[in-house]
Amino acid sequence: MSIIGITAFGAYIPMLRLQRSAIHAANSWFAPGLRGLARGERAMANWDEDAITMAVEAARDGLGQRPRAPLSAILFASTSAPFADRQNAGIVKEALNLPDSIAALDAGGGLKAGTSALLLALQGASAGPRLVVAAEKRKARPASESEMLQGDGAACLLVGTGAASGDLVAHFIGHHSVTADFIDHFRQSGADFDYGWEARWIREEGHGKLALDALKSGLQALGVSPERITHFIGPAARGVPEMLAKKAGIRPEAVRDTLSTTVGDTGAAHPLLLLAHCLETAQAGDIIALLSFGQGVDLLLFEATGKGAKPRLGVSGHLARRRAETNYLKALSFTGALALDRGMRAEADMKQPLTALWRNRRTVLGLVGGRCTKTGTVQFPRSDISVNPNDHAVGTQEDYPLADIPARVLSFTADSLAFSPDPPQQYGTIDFEGGGRMMAEFTDVAPGEVSVGQLMRMVFRIKNSDEKRGFTRYFWKAAPASKEES
Amino acid sequence: MPKGIRDKVAILGMGCARFGERWADDADSLMVEAYTEALADAGIDTSQLDAAWLSVAFDAVNIGPSGIPLAVALRLDAIPVTKVENYCASGTEAFRGAVYAVASGAADIALALGVEKLKDTGYGGLPVRTRGTMHDMVGIVGSAPGNFAQLATAYEAEHGVSRADLKRAMAHVSVKSHDNGAKNPKAHLRNRIDIDTVLNAPMIAEPLGLFDCCGVSDGAACAIVTTPEIARSLGKADLVTVKALQLAVSNGWELQGSGWNGSYMATTRIAATRAYEEAGVKSPRSEIDLMEVHDCFSITELVTMEDLHISKPGEGWKDVLDGLFDADGKIPCQIDGGLKCFGHPIGASGLRMIYENYLQLLGRAGDRQRSTPPRLALSHNLGGMPNQNVSAIAIVGLEDA
Repeated sequence: MSIIGITAFGAYIPMLRLQRSAIHAANSWFAPGLRGLARGERAMANWDEDAITMAVEAARDGLGQRPRAPLSAILFASTSAPFADRQNAGIVKEALNLPDSIAALDAGGGLKAGTSALLLALQGASAGPRLVVAAEKRKARPASESEMLQGDGAACLLVGTGAASGDLVAHFIGHHSVTADFIDHFRQSGADFDYGWEARWIREEGHGKLALDALKSGLQALGVSPERITHFIGPAARGVPEMLAKKAGIRPEAVRDTLSTTVGDTGAAHPLLLLAHCLETAQAGDIIALLSFGQGVDLLLFEATGKGAKPRLGVSGHLARRRAETNYLKALSFTGALALDRGMRAEADMKQPLTALWRNRRTVLGLVGGRCTKTGTVQFPRSDISVNPNDHAVGTQEDYPLADIPARVLSFTADSLAFSPDPPQQYGTIDFEGGGRMMAEFTDVAPGEVSVGQLMRMVFRIKNSDEKRGFTRYFWKAAPASKEES
Repeated sequence: MPKGIRDKVAILGMGCARFGERWADDADSLMVEAYTEALADAGIDTSQLDAAWLSVAFDAVNIGPSGIPLAVALRLDAIPVTKVENYCASGTEAFRGAVYAVASGAADIALALGVEKLKDTGYGGLPVRTRGTMHDMVGIVGSAPGNFAQLATAYEAEHGVSRADLKRAMAHVSVKSHDNGAKNPKAHLRNRIDIDTVLNAPMIAEPLGLFDCCGVSDGAACAIVTTPEIARSLGKADLVTVKALQLAVSNGWELQGSGWNGSYMATTRIAATRAYEEAGVKSPRSEIDLMEVHDCFSITELVTMEDLHISKPGEGWKDVLDGLFDADGKIPCQIDGGLKCFGHPIGASGLRMIYENYLQLLGRAGDRQRSTPPRLALSHNLGGMPNQNVSAIAIVGLEDA
């Protein structure tokens, strides 16, 4: 009999970390009361990142080089999905170059969405491996508590079955779910910002009663005594996991760090991000209790195996891969809260012919090039006639995915004339190991960081946006690869 | 190898509008300004033209599509007009159309006119535009300086040239062109600059600073061509003939293939070899007397000295610093100020280069006339980006050269 559980996990935290002291310094004249929150840093998406791009990177972190063809479903959870009607999971699927024969689902509507998607995936895992990605890039009003507390990030969990528990990272013990319209905050469809209620009420009635009752009754129903919990992952509200653990009888040392001083609350992705963090070091036999809160509760219990796949970087690797950002105005500009004068060069029409995108979706969204089956020449994009000067073979090319192949810089510039939301725009020609060349935009790159020969890694990002019609265009960019990544 | 164009076609007359920020003038007026000069020089009237070619690159922001704007502005006699666009090499492309028409015998007298009205965009530099549906999805728009700046970073890496040495050589290119432009009454920029000004200028696209970039101008230039026989019958004694006209267009190898190192223009090397063959030039460094090259950026001019087989690969920067291409050097380059200072109205530039070579060959270049009388002059007109481009070369010379 097969066992259901987690077979792989990954995470993505954007490189930029906005210093909360910088947020406070800019807003203290208006909101001096936020001083108490002005500690540590929060993960801040680059201008070209959103929930979709971060989900793609988290999935790549978790999937590594394992074959992707067997995946039977992809579930994407977020309350900040870029598209309200264009399946976001479908874009992630194209970027991951997954086969077309796969089921997909977008989950949203509340902060339980991540755990609910995970639960759904686990419940159907016997039908084939399922990929769960959760990502969040929420907007918060300047000088709000949310701006201080939230963070951007993504997590990925691959669920499936194993003949023995050793095939899994953790096996699924069971779950307990509660749904109740407790409105600690809300955001109407199409609105930018949350509207939240008094924190004391949320803590006492929401966390202290609704969540606590669910935790207690869930553990009882699943037959797991609280003291057996090795790792307790609770809501990312200050003191709440500790309070819940104490009142439920979970040992205090089981309470996991909620990464509030390093990442911030990544919303629907956060429980999964914390689970991925926990799985990095969980030992065989460890019991993990994961509790999410949002118009109810999802409680999921796992038992770690101490074995199985490790992510490429994971939460720990991403925590280490950081660049402190102290420019609050830049952060406001990146989220669109501050409309800087972008100049006439930003006025170009970015209308996307949808017919062309459909024809070229593997090229554009999957970074799939061509390889000549006759000469082995690799090129991007693929074409009917080979670029090989010694053999312009016709109709010989097969798909050749380039996204996971390292590349090196042949030439580069930092362009102060072209419009970029983060000038100067940096780009150059890159050569992929084993063949293939393209001119690529560089991202996550500091001025002066790039040189000829520099090793780069391809990342899925926003290329630009058609603001007139409300359409985000995605493509791949090159980011400097760290030595560990090479 | 085809026999080529050598000496089959003569230039009957040329004209060039004053380049610059022509706030007061429409494209029509610029075309007429260049045309009336050429018509007077040729000594003919409009009714004698059999066909015309019009070059313009950014038609969407100035004259609009088709050959009609030329026919209307010049009130041509319902002759065939072909509009051509080949990036910044469009001017030479128009010239090529007219020259080939005459060489084929299909036309006795043909007109090539290039025009660009760029100062109606509201901002400096070239207009931002699409490069096609596929490019918009996977390419980088960037800017012209950004695309050409990559030549410099690749050149440094390929030849082991330090940033400081290359910046100094690039600065010399620009200082020289400003010196030359100062003597040219039709030039957009007529101010002299010193090397420190160039080196301390704001960065546009690393490592290109403000003075490494050419001006963007309004302007027009034109040529009227015919056979040497007809030219003589019309009373012309000293003839300037076309010795070579070559175009090499990237097929994607540089950008998509492997082997190109990013530090040169592969097409220019090919077009130059073909042009010298067509013109019967064996040793360009000793036979070419004068050059007008596509100095959209200082680094472009520098590597073009190598691509034209004048300087050895990796040594162009030394020849530049040695003054080889100064107005009083062995082979002056941009004796009229070049794109850098004469200006760069895209569709007109290729014809402007031929205009200058034509004047110099006939000794009509005024204050900037080359002291040693030139006999063979080359123009190089590049469109696109280093990694994907159109390279056009025209060699013109005295009939007996």
